[in-house]
Amino acid sequence: MTVRSVDNVLAGWSAANRERATRLLASYPHRRSAVMPLLYLASMEHGHVTDEAMRQVAGLTGLTSAQVQSVASFYTMFKRNRVGTYLVSVCTSISCFLLGADEVLEAVEDAAGAHDGETSTDGLFTVEHVECLGACGGAPAVQVNYELVEGVEPDRAVGLCNWLRTSRPAVVLGDEMQSLFGGQRSFDWGPAENEGAVAPVPAFGPYGTVGREAR
Amino acid sequence: MTTPLILTERMTANRDDSHTIARYEATGGYEALRRGLGMTPAEVAATVKASNIRGRGGAGFPTGVKWGFLPEATRPRYLVINADESEPGTFKDRQLLERDPHQLVEGIILSAYALDVHHAFVYVRGEYPRPGRRVQRAVDEAYEKGYLGKDILGSGYDLEVTVHLGAGAYICGEETALLNSLEGRRGEPRIKPPFPAVEGLYAKPTIVNNVETVSNVPWMIRNGGDAYAHIGPETSAGTRMFSLSGHVVRPGNYEVVMGMTWRQFIYDIGGGIRNGRQLKCWIPGGASAPWFVPTQHLDLPVTIDDTGRNGSMLGSGAVVVMDETTNVVAAAHRVVKFFAHESCGQCTPCREGCDWLERILWRMLNGAGRPSDLDLLLDVCDNISPGLRWPPAQTTICPLGPSAVSPIRSIMTHFRDDVEAMVPGIVATSLEGVSVG
Repeated sequence: MTVRSVDNVLAGWSAANRERATRLLASYPHRRSAVMPLLYLASMEHGHVTDEAMRQVAGLTGLTSAQVQSVASFYTMFKRNRVGTYLVSVCTSISCFLLGADEVLEAVEDAAGAHDGETSTDGLFTVEHVECLGACGGAPAVQVNYELVEGVEPDRAVGLCNWLRTSRPAVVLGDEMQSLFGGQRSFDWGPAENEGAVAPVPAFGPYGTVGREAR
Repeated sequence: MTTPLILTERMTANRDDSHTIARYEATGGYEALRRGLGMTPAEVAATVKASNIRGRGGAGFPTGVKWGFLPEATRPRYLVINADESEPGTFKDRQLLERDPHQLVEGIILSAYALDVHHAFVYVRGEYPRPGRRVQRAVDEAYEKGYLGKDILGSGYDLEVTVHLGAGAYICGEETALLNSLEGRRGEPRIKPPFPAVEGLYAKPTIVNNVETVSNVPWMIRNGGDAYAHIGPETSAGTRMFSLSGHVVRPGNYEVVMGMTWRQFIYDIGGGIRNGRQLKCWIPGGASAPWFVPTQHLDLPVTIDDTGRNGSMLGSGAVVVMDETTNVVAAAHRVVKFFAHESCGQCTPCREGCDWLERILWRMLNGAGRPSDLDLLLDVCDNISPGLRWPPAQTTICPLGPSAVSPIRSIMTHFRDDVEAMVPGIVATSLEGVSVG
């Protein structure tokens, strides 16, 4: 498979994301290493990892789209189906389980109107149970668009979903959710930050997925 | 007991800005880099070797020895920082990444200089966007200050650092799977040998080190490798980050000198068991580790070697505590379910075996267990990890499969009655041909 130029492959993408793609490709000694970052970028462009997105990533990295699909299908965070505005991930691994994570998941399913692995009919929520989030000292833990809330009891989880539904934050901020609905934390987070997620894709500078709210 | 603090001193004293470059520089940050660049690379490497530090990711292999495995001649070489922290129970690296990212970045520059590496990578798990942002900002600031890039501080030494996010796969914490992932492949472990030091990223010599390991390097350069080696027991030198979770009064990360007893750790540091309950058992080193019980293990010293000699491991430093109300079969099921989900699928014993184990435990939990299930559990375990020994034998490329055996061996050894109680109408069974423990 031949490598094609960014502008050629990504004609429909925003100028900013074309530039990000170029920079990501240049930050590795081999283009193939940019597959995962590019799949995140493509998720932002297409809403999720579509077939077209995988063809585009293949064109940029010199892989076949089957090779890109084999990568995309390996990792749980590359979503190959449509995801709601808010992806609510409930950790149900051992430490969270010991402190009631299954009840939290049930509460989230009820409040969001979506079963584990499904998206609510209004398209607002996708609910999933996930394996360990590395927040065991603040169990039970929940993420919204990969931004963390720790010490979430079932009733607070309901409150969190209701708050998302009514306030519809454009930027999901971990500190804000923690102060409203969180409890026990794994450690002192330090001062609150005003950066968070703008989509169900990890909020990370090089991917252009970080949202900021003025304080 | 918690002095001297090495890794968490700055964040403890400077709650509001320990992650900023201003605070880092105001508290001695990047002094070690200046000193290190005045030393030869071999001298920096010798300092780390003299510290006797053992890798903090799980395997506990001496870092200086690992560095020594790089072949002399082959270039380029790579350094990869494993920040794919995802062993259930573990959250120590998250704190180091979020609260003191410059400590890691300075450690990376010093380590890369020692190893003659000119491109280093930090592989951060995808579910850690905030730690990822903090490290990326620290890297950006280091470039602006001339600590990274070309001709660092006029030394003639060049280093690039790329921060890479994973996408949700525990197995990428296994170093060869991580390298495959970083190459843009499925995160499937490679057969070893060749080890990464000989043939790693892009088939070039590569050192993969844990976040906590490398975060210790600036302190070593400032204070000397010998000073580090003199902290704590001889074969478990230095301080160590432990993640404490489960039914304890004070969960959290604790930087401690190894060598205290489990009783001291769980009761004095962790505040004991919640709601005045009794301790039933604990996982001493992450979900892969066989469980400890109070009647046998509470007064053992918390060291890498004492834990290993007694049938488990200190692993990633994750201690998960369970109280007397815990259904140990349900807890074991949850751990096994994790491994079943995270199996990469390359090796049949793990791909099929973990799934079988999960399903058998599930039906036991749901009242559909069969008397023969106890033998079946052990038989499947024996196929994944023949002989059910410790350390485990494996029929697979990596240790993930045998890790799923640990919780089952643990409940069959220590809580046989609890397991039998889950199966309706069970009569005392004899387990012929399979030995446990």
